Amino acid sequence: MVDSVVIPLLKIVIVLNATLVAVTYMVLLERKVIAWAQSRLGPMRVGPYGILQPVADAVKLMIKEDITPVRADRWVFTAAPIISMVPALIVYAVIPFGPKITLFGRQVALYITDINVGLLYIVSVASVGVYGIILAGYASNSKFPLLASLRASAQLISYEVAVTLTLVSVILMSGTLSMVGIVDAQYNQHVWYIVAQPVAFVLVLIGGLAETNRAPFDLPEAEQELTGGFHTEYSGMRFALFFLAEYANMIVVSSVVTTLFLGGWLPPFPNTAALHFLYAIPSWVWFFLKSFCFLYLFIWIRATLPRYRYDQLMALGWKFLIPLAIVNLVVTGIVKVLLL
Amino acid sequence: MLLSAALFIIGVIGVMVRRNIIIIFMSIELILNAVNINLIAFSYQLQNAIGQVFAIFVIAVAAAEAAVGLGIILAFYRNKETINIDEMNLMRW
Amino acid sequence: MAEAIAFYFISACILGFAVLVISTRDTVHSVLFLVLDFLFVAALYVLLGAQFLAAIQILVYAGGIVVLYLFVVMLVNLKRPPEAHADPHRKTNWGFALSIAVLVELGIVAAYSYARPAPALAAAALPPAPVTGNTEQVGWLLYTSYLIPFEIASMLLLVAMIGAIILAKREL
Repeated sequence: MVDSVVIPLLKIVIVLNATLVAVTYMVLLERKVIAWAQSRLGPMRVGPYGILQPVADAVKLMIKEDITPVRADRWVFTAAPIISMVPALIVYAVIPFGPKITLFGRQVALYITDINVGLLYIVSVASVGVYGIILAGYASNSKFPLLASLRASAQLISYEVAVTLTLVSVILMSGTLSMVGIVDAQYNQHVWYIVAQPVAFVLVLIGGLAETNRAPFDLPEAEQELTGGFHTEYSGMRFALFFLAEYANMIVVSSVVTTLFLGGWLPPFPNTAALHFLYAIPSWVWFFLKSFCFLYLFIWIRATLPRYRYDQLMALGWKFLIPLAIVNLVVTGIVKVLLL
Repeated sequence: MLLSAALFIIGVIGVMVRRNIIIIFMSIELILNAVNINLIAFSYQLQNAIGQVFAIFVIAVAAAEAAVGLGIILAFYRNKETINIDEMNLMRW
Repeated sequence: MAEAIAFYFISACILGFAVLVISTRDTVHSVLFLVLDFLFVAALYVLLGAQFLAAIQILVYAGGIVVLYLFVVMLVNLKRPPEAHADPHRKTNWGFALSIAVLVELGIVAAYSYARPAPALAAAALPPAPVTGNTEQVGWLLYTSYLIPFEIASMLLLVAMIGAIILAKREL
């Protein structure tokens, strides 16, 4: 009873709270890093070195007036941010932060659950997340958000195809869809998949950037385009939900890329006797370190690269990434049959 | 199985009663889903994975049919500006 | 016991949303109810032990096909809904009657097979599969016994893709 109900509930509570706190601090991190990249200091007034800035932001957004456009579809208007946020949060159910460890004399697995179609679950949930954007644009009952949301969702579903095809080659390498199984396969094969599948790594990274509407693919929400994109008519807490959903998605993509390509909780070159001292660092610390690297990479890319135009974006997704993903898949299949 | 029969009937009613062609297409999807539920139920009962394989094929066919059907609707809409199936009569263009 | 409750709850939701799909005036709401319907059907699949199919259902149906429907609905969004006025030529009652006829037919078939159960199907000689999970079972069957339908399905999807692109282009 305790093992099957209480512990998962506890894990869910911890993970959700940690995610929400992490997401709000991501906002601060992004503003700081971009500021440093531009030779300025970023938020410094609230708290020492601006640490309490997210609290100020949250309070501001919560007490803002909640405007609903006159002829907007009220139910859909309210539901759209929720539909955006929920998929970003429920993906955490399958991400493994670490293996089974003993805590307080009990075997506790450092992941909420391990379903045997874990990777497929993540991809499907990501594809449901598109609805939030479409419905947000539609429900605003105004031309700019509608057009922006259609463009954004077209971008999302195009890059979804590329990412899914790439993930198939990772599945080919590991032989299992479960996330824990993929990490175990990397353990058994003595190598992180970033070494075995560099092309797939780059493709998933680019696809992940596009999936979360991050620069340089952030056309849907750029302020200079279409007056603010699909969340033009949103204000206050609903707008906050959209933003939080985007950052949560970013953290999800970082975690997924870490698990698939960098070995999840494994130290570099796992399962080799010579580097056994690296196991002294706890597994979940490795996981967070690696995820943090990717988050930093995302922010770094945003500070550096210019934005893609919409047709360039779609051309990149369809004419470059998808053929590359298919070629990668074919090559992986051939190599696996011939050599391994 | 009762569930799948009920869903099937709801889909059939939808196809026959509504005039909006998009809703007709969606009712067809409901019918296909009802069939899938039936297949999965049998697969669960007989402990044989063949039902699931067939259901995958049904999903693939449904996807193809939805894509082509919506293409046809778009082409029709561009020419005649209606989605009322009573007015889509090629014999009375 | 918990499974039975879950099953009845999910079935009620599926049927409820299905009725809402065909009876709502607004097309966009209809599409949204369809999405919810598909999500509940996926939950039903998980309950019946077909996890791979549940994920595929969400990925393809809810995440792909219905998005397509939503796009088309938004591109075709008319100011005047098609059922604004009743068409005198249309006999709606015939539609209901025919549906009831189909239901009666289904009932007759069910009663017939109940009264005379068909002989149990001889299990086809399948190659021994390394069964470790649902996905592996399905995959094994797909790639060994049902390889040809698999290839034909992929050809079908290719043809449908080309057809849809040609149908929807503005000028060829």
